[in-house]
Amino acid sequence: MELFDFYRKDRWPHVFCPGCGNGTVMNCFFRAFNDLGWDLDTTVFVSGIGCSSRIPLYINADALHTTHGRAIAFATGLKLARPELDVVVFTGDGDLGAIGGNHFINGCRRNVDMDVICINNNIYGMTGGQASITTPHDFLSTTTPGGNKEYPFDLAEVAVAAGANYVARWTTRQVHELTKSIKVALEKKGFNFIEVVSQCPTNFGRRNKMADPTAMLDWFKENTVRRDKARGAAVDHVDLNLAGQITIGEFVNRDRECYQESVGVKGHGNRH
Amino acid sequence: MTLPPGEYFVQGNEACTEASITAGLKFFAGYPITPSTEIAEGLARRLPEVGGSFLQMEDEIACISAVVGASWGGAKSMTATSGPGFSLMQETIGYAAMTETPIVIVNVMRGGPSTGQPTRASQGDMMATKWGSHGDYQVIAFAPASVQEMFDLTIKAFNYSEKYRVPTFLLSDAEIGHMRGLLTVQSNIKVVNRKEMGVRRMDEAYDVPDDIVPPFPTFGKGHKAAASGMTHRPDARIEPEDPQVHSDLVRRLNDKIIRNRKDINKWDLLCPDSKHMIISYGSASFGAREVAAADDRIGLLRLKTVWPLPEEPIREVASKADHILVCEMNLGQMFWEIKRVALEAGCKKVELLTKIGGDPPTPGEVRHKLREMGAI
Repeated sequence: MELFDFYRKDRWPHVFCPGCGNGTVMNCFFRAFNDLGWDLDTTVFVSGIGCSSRIPLYINADALHTTHGRAIAFATGLKLARPELDVVVFTGDGDLGAIGGNHFINGCRRNVDMDVICINNNIYGMTGGQASITTPHDFLSTTTPGGNKEYPFDLAEVAVAAGANYVARWTTRQVHELTKSIKVALEKKGFNFIEVVSQCPTNFGRRNKMADPTAMLDWFKENTVRRDKARGAAVDHVDLNLAGQITIGEFVNRDRECYQESVGVKGHGNRH
Repeated sequence: MTLPPGEYFVQGNEACTEASITAGLKFFAGYPITPSTEIAEGLARRLPEVGGSFLQMEDEIACISAVVGASWGGAKSMTATSGPGFSLMQETIGYAAMTETPIVIVNVMRGGPSTGQPTRASQGDMMATKWGSHGDYQVIAFAPASVQEMFDLTIKAFNYSEKYRVPTFLLSDAEIGHMRGLLTVQSNIKVVNRKEMGVRRMDEAYDVPDDIVPPFPTFGKGHKAAASGMTHRPDARIEPEDPQVHSDLVRRLNDKIIRNRKDINKWDLLCPDSKHMIISYGSASFGAREVAAADDRIGLLRLKTVWPLPEEPIREVASKADHILVCEMNLGQMFWEIKRVALEAGCKKVELLTKIGGDPPTPGEVRHKLREMGAI
């Protein structure tokens, strides 16, 4: 498949700012999808509201661009109605972890077959840079002019605790690892979650001395640590993923019985 | 298997459950809430028997979202709830209207606002049904007044929702939901399926022109459909900035319902030429029905479709009547709409009998009000 067999060329130019990490994630996804030889006609892309949620509208497949925070709930209904289709959800930190937090937790718990890719840019980008549930402590945003006094949410750890079958976190710097993880997730049954920490130079970097996208990528490079090498977090310390750093890697890879299996739905996931 | 033709003694909510299966329901998502829970409980048992899926979600927002998602997969889908859950669903009801998703929402109404009276009947959600989500949109809503109508109107709700690609409501209440009564199931029940993209069939859904109700691009069939709640062109390309695109889209969403009012509106009429008419719907019409049946000076127009408002029969009776009494179990919701139409049609006196707290107006209360108005 060529790049523009995968994307809807007639929908371009896209809405993403120069330097946005969404393109990197889309590229990684395209490579993983193409390497697996999957069929766009039997894959549905679901999303909520936000920059990352615009991605399905650019992909040359069925797309369900839904309400803010509810993509996983929509995807759950769709998957149960049409078990033979593959369902991929694109979402962001605000969409998934804030307004959609309940659906996220229960999606992991219910373990319905779907792959959720959360592009975490630590900010509400589309509305102009308000603090999100993953904005690190003391970082600046338009709604935290004196620095964020709250502490961020660790989406990947939440997914592990809530029961997702596969959980991984990478940044837009680790494109090979991310591509590989997407392949693993696509091929796995159950609820698979990949968090991609991504750069938003326009609305996050600019206010935090990283206006240049490469500065943000350098920040990722310097602050990421493999999960197996991460130092233990102090019990009272919750910041950029527990230890003041971005913990990356595969968090869990297990085979809990997925919901369709347990209720005896036939033919789910045409490739499993 | 659907409920075989015959006579049954069932609860209103059970009648709704069976009707949904007969209408072709394949997906239901629900959350426990009094007084609608029996519908979810019934479907948890019944749907797997007919190859459908039942899901209990984490909240009502998730329920309606899952229902819309399932509908895009091509499954007839439904949820059932009551007041507080209904309020939570509103944003996604607007999404379903904007994306023209056929779904059915059963609201077994209870006393509000807020938690109110979970076990008592009310008609407090009439306007929330019409105007609950933001923006201009039209919906279809039916108000059953018996166990039999819980069955019949549930099937109609599915049929119209499929035909017009619109969220459709069954506005029942605690009284009718929990009432037990006779249900007669006919053998030749008409079921309408949505007009599908790329398919031509000789059935009712295809009677509506494509530019009013576009064919439904079911997911997974290579249509490369793009459903979005954002303002979009007919080819599904989102276009949030263009005033003309927005105007064309939203006007069409409204027109497809308003212009087909004749097809959608259903009502029941007793003594149509009476000088003293009662207009009512749902369980608020119980008392009025007894009064009208016993006294041939009194007529009754009972609305089965409440949205879009059946203006034609209201206009018709109002043009002949001296008095109109609107009976409803809220502090006046449909009243203002009915009064608007009745006054335009030349009726001089339109009054309201309102009763809240859970009990429908009794025949005695209806007669008393008619006497007060000088009607009898």
